[in-house]
Amino acid sequence: MSELNPFVLFTASIFTSNMILANFLGMCSFIAVSKDIKTSLGLGQAVTFVLTFTTVINYLLYKYVLIPMGLEYLRYIVFIISIAAFVQLVEMIVERHLPVLHHALGIFLPLITVNCAILGVSLFMVIRRYSLVQSLAFGFGSGVGWTMAIVALAGLKKRLNESRVPKGLRGAGITLIITGLMALGFMGFSGMMQIS
Amino acid sequence: MAKVKARDVFVMGIWKENPVVVQVLGICSALAVTNSMSNAFVMGLGLIFVTAFSELTVSLLRKYTPKHIRMMVQVLIISAFVIIVDIYLKAYLPNVSKALGPYVGLIITNCIIMGRCEVFAQKNRPMISFIDGIFNGIGYTAVLLIVAFARELLGFGTLFGIPVMGASWVNWVIMIMPPGAFFMLALVVWGINTLRDRQELSKSAEEVKAR
Repeated sequence: MSELNPFVLFTASIFTSNMILANFLGMCSFIAVSKDIKTSLGLGQAVTFVLTFTTVINYLLYKYVLIPMGLEYLRYIVFIISIAAFVQLVEMIVERHLPVLHHALGIFLPLITVNCAILGVSLFMVIRRYSLVQSLAFGFGSGVGWTMAIVALAGLKKRLNESRVPKGLRGAGITLIITGLMALGFMGFSGMMQIS
Repeated sequence: MAKVKARDVFVMGIWKENPVVVQVLGICSALAVTNSMSNAFVMGLGLIFVTAFSELTVSLLRKYTPKHIRMMVQVLIISAFVIIVDIYLKAYLPNVSKALGPYVGLIITNCIIMGRCEVFAQKNRPMISFIDGIFNGIGYTAVLLIVAFARELLGFGTLFGIPVMGASWVNWVIMIMPPGAFFMLALVVWGINTLRDRQELSKSAEEVKAR
């Protein structure tokens, strides 16, 4: 498992083990935010950015702090704190120095702390024993895959507004079915490569 | 907020405001762990435990928690209980623990718990918060079990790992794959929403008659 080429890992985390479509992570904001394409893209960018960095930070924390001290069981608390702290830090820096970017990402950043995709990727990284480069590829790829899925869903939902959906299925129900169909489509990639 | 009765909490948590079906919270894990009944059951128990005790703790500390850092405090409380669940599973149910993988840890970011802590435990007394946690957990577990029942029965031909469909049964592989989870949960949401609509319709019809 640990000899995987980082590039393979990157591609696989976009297509065959997509965070949403294969691992069901980040569904909450996926369903709530996917109303229009622009917003989804903004959230996707923010998630990708945070995901890439927190995966690497958590890798370093796990390898060089938790393991030497024998505190692996505390990883949940440590990971969630590092994610929350990182999000807060990014928000402050971006607000101060990059007002344009803050305008684009600002409202999404606080949402990210509770996005299960972020914590999920860090936990997968520990369970599958990735190296530093692999973690980087996996984190970045997962973010790109997540963005792709949410933007695609937002596009589909736009069409949905004009179609007649059974009453009980409106809202979450139909979104789940569409996501299911997307997952079915993405299963077609599974012949290309397999991780996990 | 006025005194909340245990019975109201019960109805709210399981039926009227079922966290998964009505509020669409915490479905990440609802989808991931429902490929077998036993996984879903253990996950449900874990969630009931974490929700109940986190709500109890948050409620006990509600007067001492500074407002602006309360989210962080809640996350830390939840993480502590999740760690207990994780260690317990690793020690006593290692197979299930392996099957659930990262999803035990992901109870932390399960929006149900955060949501209940923020909405309910922050404003109510400890005991009632504890009960609210239990019933919301049960509401979640119920949906999990319904979805898992269909997926395991059709996907493996078994229930709790015991074959029930006979030797001639052909497994519906799609049911244990991710798309099956999405379709099944959508069907459950659809069914329950339709039932609820009908109930409300008949209720309003009665009100009209009474007039």
